[in-house]
Amino acid sequence: MDRWAGSRIVPGVCLRECKPARRRVWRNRRNTTLVLLAVGLTLIPVIMILYQITARGIATMDWEFLTSSMPFSFRREGGGFLNGLVGTAIMVGLASAISIPLGILAAVYIVEYGKRNWLAKLIRFFSDVMAGVPSVFVGLFVYTALVIQFGFGALMGAASLAIIMLPIIVRSTEEMLKLVPHELKDASYALGAAKWQTIMRVILPSAAPGISTGVMLAVGRAAGETAPLILTALGSYQLTAKLWGAPMSSLTLAIFDGARNPFAAGQARAWAGALELLIIVLVFTVVARVVASRSRISR
Amino acid sequence: MSARSWQRKGVGRKADSLFAIMAALSGVLILLVLAYMVISTTATALPVFGSQGISFIAGSEWSPSNGQFGILAFIYGTVVTSVIALVIAVPLSLGVSLFLTEYSPRRLRGIIGYAVDLLAAVPSVIYGLWGVFILLPLFLQPTADFLSDNLGFIPIFKGPASGLSYFGAGVILAIMITPIITSLCREVFDTVPNADRQAAYALGATKWEMIRQAVLPRGRAGVVGATMLGLGRALGETIAVALLIGSSVKVDTSVLSPGYSMAAVIANQFQEATGDHIRALVGIGVVLFGLTIIINMGARALVWRFNRV
Repeated sequence: MDRWAGSRIVPGVCLRECKPARRRVWRNRRNTTLVLLAVGLTLIPVIMILYQITARGIATMDWEFLTSSMPFSFRREGGGFLNGLVGTAIMVGLASAISIPLGILAAVYIVEYGKRNWLAKLIRFFSDVMAGVPSVFVGLFVYTALVIQFGFGALMGAASLAIIMLPIIVRSTEEMLKLVPHELKDASYALGAAKWQTIMRVILPSAAPGISTGVMLAVGRAAGETAPLILTALGSYQLTAKLWGAPMSSLTLAIFDGARNPFAAGQARAWAGALELLIIVLVFTVVARVVASRSRISR
Repeated sequence: MSARSWQRKGVGRKADSLFAIMAALSGVLILLVLAYMVISTTATALPVFGSQGISFIAGSEWSPSNGQFGILAFIYGTVVTSVIALVIAVPLSLGVSLFLTEYSPRRLRGIIGYAVDLLAAVPSVIYGLWGVFILLPLFLQPTADFLSDNLGFIPIFKGPASGLSYFGAGVILAIMITPIITSLCREVFDTVPNADRQAAYALGATKWEMIRQAVLPRGRAGVVGATMLGLGRALGETIAVALLIGSSVKVDTSVLSPGYSMAAVIANQFQEATGDHIRALVGIGVVLFGLTIIINMGARALVWRFNRV
């Protein structure tokens, strides 16, 4: 009946103190039940979120939603989050362009050049610290450092997202570079390659699947960020591709506004936007996982 | 271009040192950005720190129009919501990670591990939206009413009960940090050698006795570290909390009453703030940063110590 409980009891043999076997069996069953209960309680929100975002999002999701921008009033029906989608794409794209090369190079320094010197240790430690910085504080920093001088805009939003992505990329790349077998490097050096050639042509390509996993997780994380963008991109009703000088919207900002307003039409758009965002984020996360498992097989 | 053609031109060596310098600079840039983060925000908030003095963190009077900025109510809200989140999330995470490492059949392990990871990938604004429109009427408000009706004599459950409260924000935070704590605990429990488990069984232990005496003691430092990393995440979580905490500037002993957290007040008030109000919000950010850094460093130290053993 219950194949977890009771089957391994040897009567009369105890670990710490001898208690009646029945009580031990009972305690074992109780804790098994508690563990299963915890799993159930954790799975409920997963199922609810996936189901309700899909169900409510699909109700408003249509071609018009995907291809038009927000109406100027939350009351009005119709329209969509195209301004937000474009904003997210531009800002995450810019942030990736900044943080991916920087993050990979920093990881290369830590693993290939720094070895065990103090600078590499320092960089490693502080990239860990950076990963723990609340995203809203990153937004405040970019606000004080850039926005006060240059105004709200896509570039400032991208800067804050880049700072959030950077430590994720550094840490995942570092882990991957450590796994590159020594024989490969030695073979490259034996052929007369310089160190930078070895890195560019041997080490990075062989670590590429793992690195791209980390990169995609970072992109997914950046696409879902809201708080730093409130302080840097500000949000806008209009579709814009201006990189600075004008506030820009993002999917997350549009959803946040929809969730805060009392009108049904605005809320309905927020649900559809949430579905759109969830699909984007999950695609990146799932693809990252698939790439990771593939590379594990080939290793 | 082959390696030889570079070497013949004598580019190879220069390129090599250039590449090394570029890599080092990228690393140093991380340090510079982090340093500038602290300097830039602190400098902006300095006038408010100066004019408010100690009452910035010790006073609970927050009225931007009168130039009074005491953030005690926000610190209190952040701490209370995070504690509620941990009280709910830690047992759940322990249960799920023990299930995944000790109980689950192989097939189920992949699926449930995947589902929990999915929770970690969901953006916080989606948690906020779902929390306000689904969880609030369905679970938070009824539970808050139930608690205040039946346990109202205990000060922390005193009514009037609101779902938009420390409690509501704490519950949504718990859902958000459970996958983080779970995945770390899981890694920790995975490192327990199978020989230890079999030794416990050989002595006649039940499954639970095996877990308590072979698995849990080995993972203690790791579990505490995972909890602190979860706490670090909960302290800085902004959007979902901003939507669910009720936005009321006060210190209230009842967890069922609306409050405010540090991150939430920054997100909610920033757009209409000007002058010193903005500086004060930046100041809140600096305090929040200090708090999370302390927690995270403690967590890392514990996790590292664990990894070395």
